Amino acid sequence: MNKQNEKIMFAEDDFELLHGDSISQMDENYSSQSYWRDVWHRFIRNKGAVIGFLCIVLIILLAIFAPHWNEYTYDSQIITNQNLAPRVQGLEKFGIFDGSESMSTSTGEVEVNKYISQDGAETGLEDTYYWFGSDVLGRDIFTRTWIGTRISLYIALAAVLIDMLFGLSYGLISGYFGGAVDNVMQRFAEVLNGIPSLVIVTLLIIVLKPGLLTITFSLMITGWIGMNRIARAQMLKLKEQEFVLASRTLGAPNFMIIFKEILPNIFGQIITNTMFSIPNAIFTEAFLAFIGLGVPAPMASLGSLISEAFKSFTTHPYMIIPPIIVLAVLMLSFNLLADGLRDAFDPKMKEM
Amino acid sequence: MKKYLLKRIAISIVTLLAILIILFLMLEFMPGSPFNDEKLTADQIALLNAKYGLDKPVMIRFFNYVKNMLTGDFGVSYTISKNTPISQLLQSRLPISVRIGGQAVLLGTVIGLILGIIAALKHNTIWDTLTTIISVLGVSLPSYVFALALSYSLGFKLQWFPLLYDMANPLRSSVLPTISLCMFTIATVARFTRTEMLEVLGSDYMLLAESKGISGFQLIVKHALRNALIPIITVLAPLIVGLMTGSLVIEKIFSIPGIGSLLVTAIQANDYNVILALSFIYSAMYIGIMLVVDILYGVIDPRIRLAKGDKHE
Repeated sequence: MNKQNEKIMFAEDDFELLHGDSISQMDENYSSQSYWRDVWHRFIRNKGAVIGFLCIVLIILLAIFAPHWNEYTYDSQIITNQNLAPRVQGLEKFGIFDGSESMSTSTGEVEVNKYISQDGAETGLEDTYYWFGSDVLGRDIFTRTWIGTRISLYIALAAVLIDMLFGLSYGLISGYFGGAVDNVMQRFAEVLNGIPSLVIVTLLIIVLKPGLLTITFSLMITGWIGMNRIARAQMLKLKEQEFVLASRTLGAPNFMIIFKEILPNIFGQIITNTMFSIPNAIFTEAFLAFIGLGVPAPMASLGSLISEAFKSFTTHPYMIIPPIIVLAVLMLSFNLLADGLRDAFDPKMKEM
Repeated sequence: MKKYLLKRIAISIVTLLAILIILFLMLEFMPGSPFNDEKLTADQIALLNAKYGLDKPVMIRFFNYVKNMLTGDFGVSYTISKNTPISQLLQSRLPISVRIGGQAVLLGTVIGLILGIIAALKHNTIWDTLTTIISVLGVSLPSYVFALALSYSLGFKLQWFPLLYDMANPLRSSVLPTISLCMFTIATVARFTRTEMLEVLGSDYMLLAESKGISGFQLIVKHALRNALIPIITVLAPLIVGLMTGSLVIEKIFSIPGIGSLLVTAIQANDYNVILALSFIYSAMYIGIMLVVDILYGVIDPRIRLAKGDKHE
């Protein structure tokens, strides 16, 4: 008896009360959420996508407002102020962005500051600030960079519209009607897809003049084929479902079934695919601008800025850095956002 | 399989024909004629037209045109190098472009495969994250960004590699162009390999193979990689498109005397004949490669037929 009693003797601190969330095993079944709320929660949890989204918003705001922040315009040339290195108020005191750049001459590397002359002479530029520097014609790179960003954003918008207007309707109609219609429409798309877009753009440029319109045209010709495939595949999956049959039995016209019954159900895939086509379109513009087929001067796009600055990038590397960084961040953000949206809309498609 | 094959070949031929028609029409409706010399009288022009077969009906001229294009007779260059046959211009340039493109595909695929396999085997470790970062960067950044960064750092600052292409030293001077071209390939291949490998590694047959005692290298290469490789073939087509457009820019940056830089010069100099000839060559190469990739895909994986292949972008 005694032994047993000893065994069940406990000291006071043998047990302690459990607190907080460790007690209650939360049931994983929570009240059903709407599809869009689910998507929103999955999206918010993806850090890369949120950062990408914020970067895009920031770039859009900068593209709208930044060109008005200083007294320069994108095409005002001040020949006396050419090739000035970046100089920013305030930061110059810390030895960065003070307008000096290292030049390699025959006698070695020299630190040059064109704003303030070393021997005390007046340069007239003591109160001049070019935040990103000025180019070979004395134009403000800061203003030009954000004006150029507008072109890229316009291209992004154009890509979205083309995807939505052409690709989506084409694919939906082709998939819905099937049979001969589908066959003809898809074979046409396949033939068009077989022509490299490089060739299409080149030929268009012979006929039209290089410029924004030509680039938009070439996007119109080739940009929608990917979306067409996605929309068609989704349509084929959905059109045999009961709710479509029900709608048809009730006498809904084809147009209504396609755009009111089926379209809302495939919206996730559509948005994701649109997002993926944006970086492609921006890339196409930047590529064309780089080989000299972009917007005509003095208008600037990120690609043409890079192309111009490339000519002097060994002597004045600061000229090429802003447009490259903006372009890179823009492309990266759209890619991250698209990845995030894909995972949010369809967790099954997530790359484990 | 036979039906699929025939269908693919038929579509390729129709596409090629469509391109030829477009190119021919562009040639027809281009302003100006080859004989717009004021000294020529109407009779002389008629004689010249007869000599070159320009008085024949459109259909006959079209067939002649197709025959010329297919036999490699692209006419002469107008502005770039006057009256030089284009085929002669291409003779020295095409091999250079193909070589650098080939190097980029080869290097990119090998590195991409290795990265993808490492990322899948060391899933959720630092290697995995690193590969993901590399692939996002590679897909997001245009190849000329890499080219500029490389030529500034390795070429200009460190002087390890020449800044411009050098015909006398083709291997060393093609290092930087190849690397900048293959970044996109590395990124895409690594990404796909990683996804596919993860899927294969989690499958039942891998568990079986492992429990049978097959281990290490053999398990990865023979059982996992082989199955993971099949879908990777699908990304080859978009990769080749990327290489084609990329080569234009890269050849311009490193001044490589290939067909990409020739096209850029021709566009800037309005040399119609060269543009049309190069458009045809690019299209023919593209269509040929797409056809080979599609057939290869069907041969390697008999489960895949046209219906399924449609879904892949």
